[in-house]
Amino acid sequence: MSDNLLEIRELTVEYHTDEAVVHAVNGVNLTVKRGETIGLVGETGAGKTTIARSILRILQTPPAKFCGGEILYNGQNIMALSEREMRKIRGNKIAMIFQDPMTALNPIEKVGFQIAEAIKLHNKITKPEAERRACDMLETVGIPMERYNEYPHQFSGGMKQRVVIAMALACNPELLLADEPTTALDVTIQAQVLEMMQSLREKFGASVVMITHDLGVVADSCDSVAVIYAGEIAEYGSAEHIFDYPAHPYTIGLFNSLPKLDSTERRLKPIKGLMPDPMNLPRGCKFRDRCQNAGDKCAERTPDVVEVSPGHLVKCVLAGRGDA
Amino acid sequence: MQEQKVRKKKSRIGEIWRQLKKNKIAVISLWVIVFVVLVAIFAPLLAPYSYEQQDRTDPFASPSIKHLLGTDKMGRDVFSRLIWGSRQSLQIGAVSTAISAIAGIILGAIAGYYGGWLDNLLMRLLDIYQSIPMFLLCVTFAAVLGPSLRNAVIAIGISMVPGFARLMRASILSIREMEYVEAARSINASNGRIIRKHIIPNAISPLIVSITMGVGSSALAGAGLSFIGLGVQPPIPEWGGMISDARSIMRAHGELAMYPGICVIITVLAFNLLGDGLRDALDPRLKN
Amino acid sequence: MPTLVEAKNLKKYFKTGGGMLHAVDDISFRLDEGKTLGVVGESGCGKTTLGRTIIHLLDPTDGQVFFEGKDITKPTSKELLALREKMQIIFQDPYSSLNPRMSVSESITEPLILQGKLDKQGIRAEVRQLMDTVGIAARFENSYPHELDGGRRQRIGIARALALKPKFIVCDEPVSALDVSIQAQIINLMLDLQEERGLAYMFVTHDLSVVKYISNDILVMYLGQMVEKAPSDELFKNPLHPYTRALLSAIPVPDIHNRKKRIIMQGEITSPINPKPGCRFMARCQHASEECHAPQLQKEASANHFVACCKYQQI
Repeated sequence: MSDNLLEIRELTVEYHTDEAVVHAVNGVNLTVKRGETIGLVGETGAGKTTIARSILRILQTPPAKFCGGEILYNGQNIMALSEREMRKIRGNKIAMIFQDPMTALNPIEKVGFQIAEAIKLHNKITKPEAERRACDMLETVGIPMERYNEYPHQFSGGMKQRVVIAMALACNPELLLADEPTTALDVTIQAQVLEMMQSLREKFGASVVMITHDLGVVADSCDSVAVIYAGEIAEYGSAEHIFDYPAHPYTIGLFNSLPKLDSTERRLKPIKGLMPDPMNLPRGCKFRDRCQNAGDKCAERTPDVVEVSPGHLVKCVLAGRGDA
Repeated sequence: MQEQKVRKKKSRIGEIWRQLKKNKIAVISLWVIVFVVLVAIFAPLLAPYSYEQQDRTDPFASPSIKHLLGTDKMGRDVFSRLIWGSRQSLQIGAVSTAISAIAGIILGAIAGYYGGWLDNLLMRLLDIYQSIPMFLLCVTFAAVLGPSLRNAVIAIGISMVPGFARLMRASILSIREMEYVEAARSINASNGRIIRKHIIPNAISPLIVSITMGVGSSALAGAGLSFIGLGVQPPIPEWGGMISDARSIMRAHGELAMYPGICVIITVLAFNLLGDGLRDALDPRLKN
Repeated sequence: MPTLVEAKNLKKYFKTGGGMLHAVDDISFRLDEGKTLGVVGESGCGKTTLGRTIIHLLDPTDGQVFFEGKDITKPTSKELLALREKMQIIFQDPYSSLNPRMSVSESITEPLILQGKLDKQGIRAEVRQLMDTVGIAARFENSYPHELDGGRRQRIGIARALALKPKFIVCDEPVSALDVSIQAQIINLMLDLQEERGLAYMFVTHDLSVVKYISNDILVMYLGQMVEKAPSDELFKNPLHPYTRALLSAIPVPDIHNRKKRIIMQGEITSPINPKPGCRFMARCQHASEECHAPQLQKEASANHFVACCKYQQI
């Protein structure tokens, strides 16, 4: 077995509407190693969620359209699988945690039942056996199993997210896609959930793709990081690479935009302008309009990926020259 | 870049039309409705005969150049009567819907915006009112007031008020909680202005849909009342009444019931399909 | 600097099916002209209600509010009209705080029309000026909110609040719904406006790093009550209340070498309906003991540093 659990090659996804084509994901390459947590960081509309949904193949087609690339899961191209084969993987080998725990649970079913259902769907086991395992899962995520027979509305937001996580982990997946799992939660609850995910990851040994806009969450939980901008990976590397030696102007800009707890400066340094409209992407580097260092070269064509140090990839013309 | 100039202001109607155009069925329905309305307006010019002109010598005539769709038992020209009949159906549909929509919107707006005991009182009254079957209500009204076009319109209009009131109230309840209403209050806008400027324009979309569909269903209810003899009185032609007239001779001359039936179906269907189309066109979630 | 806004023992209760919901329970603070008070807490702690009560979008249940030294707790409708020009609000959600059927210029024009001080041309010029101030290009004046991104929408909300030239603005999570790069733009804008116009802000948020950045004083709320209040730097350097400590330790910091040791709190925020006397944080507090069942008094631990915990010296 290879070291790489998931390999995404040149993934391109578009959304076709009546009036325009939205270029959501443009040639993304990504590798997830076994047991690794990788953070996908980017702003609203950068294409993070589309990538995750492509991996699970749960995008609505149409309007979404796969325009190229492949997603290799254990060396097998997911895009080529039949829907039936895909159902065996979805929820079983690859599971997803959604952003909003309020809508991810069925409001008219008991939470324990929902977990047991998820288990039974992928395992040939009896009902009592599934129920027993569902109880175990509840305990694992820190919910007393007496609450098995309660309905989602009886749980608080943080508790619901725990239930969602229990459901995702119920079949012992190899890959967990977590789409902003703590964004809807308060900081103290976020801290609890992140802590719990960390310990569960150690326990179950799953790889995690953590989608977030919060660099703090990434610093907290990720081994490697991919910074996404306008459907492209602007920078990719280990957490050390990204946090200690950020090389893409966008990554640097993101760090500068954050209010720092230990800073005494009275002004923030935002990135000027806005992310380009994905219906109307500029030629060349997509970040060019907002970049302070942009020159003529940046407008000519999409920059090549430069490996500035082993494993640290930057999609910028100026990267690795010392003047970026 | 073209974006540099001041963006032209888009009118509301223009925007709805732009969205509606995407839906072919809705556009066809719209043209059908426009056609029926024109026929109703120009009935005196379009109909070859008057609606009561009888040709006693030639009852149950087959379609011919003289009588395009034949004649009925009294020898009246069926084609002409269908054309004249469109006037009654549309009048019932449009006027009764207008009555019920205006009353419903006002009641719903008051109940929704002010809330509290007023809301409770109005809604409970409507609850009681709505527990009586609509058709029975119409029949009772028409029977009490006496059968005529005007009374049918009033009966149908009154019976449709609760539906509009409820819709308006629900729509206002959700909008009342929006932050822009609070923002308006924080800049000293009066209640009247808030309702007029901020709430009604945003609450009206679902109502436009149900008003459109309401015209269809009240036209249908009018046909029903006429069918049982409580609506438009003979000799004035109305599609429902024409079906009723043809009832006794259905076996021999089924086509006499079929023609007005088809007219009713097409008209009501057109209004419903247009309503459906409008629902999509007005839904901001589908805009991009 | 003279005091602009003062709240004394402010309370706001709501009647619910289950009993009295203590949304704001005995909050007092002072805010000087041109300064910023940060109000921090988790969802449901009453921070939003506090902001709305101060500017009279909600009527207080008890307590007093002073503005420029005058008691405005129960204003007459005429006084309220005058007050609204001096106190404004910026909302959290730039999607629901703008009327979707009003264009950008209509939204900004509305307060000026209602004020009735300027003629048509004056209003037009003023709107142009305001759009320029908040950084919306003139070409967007006829655009509708759904055609604009979140950052621009929030700028419109700010322009609308500025139109009446207020002295005090309640900012209710104004940047929470925005992406970080846009968030920084809006925060800088607000800081510039404060400098230019001498505005006082009450900055309500759950984001501690933002509030540290923008505030002079910070008030930490838990279940309707103030648990700690201190100058911004002091609060971060020397948090005294166990809740403040847990809150500070929970912030994820974008630094991989400094993974803090977190104080993970047990349980979640309890219900603010019919709370028992005594410390409301007790159920989640690792230091809780018998004394915590008594009502917690506010103590001044050092100059201007208030804390409502009976055990702050021991922990």
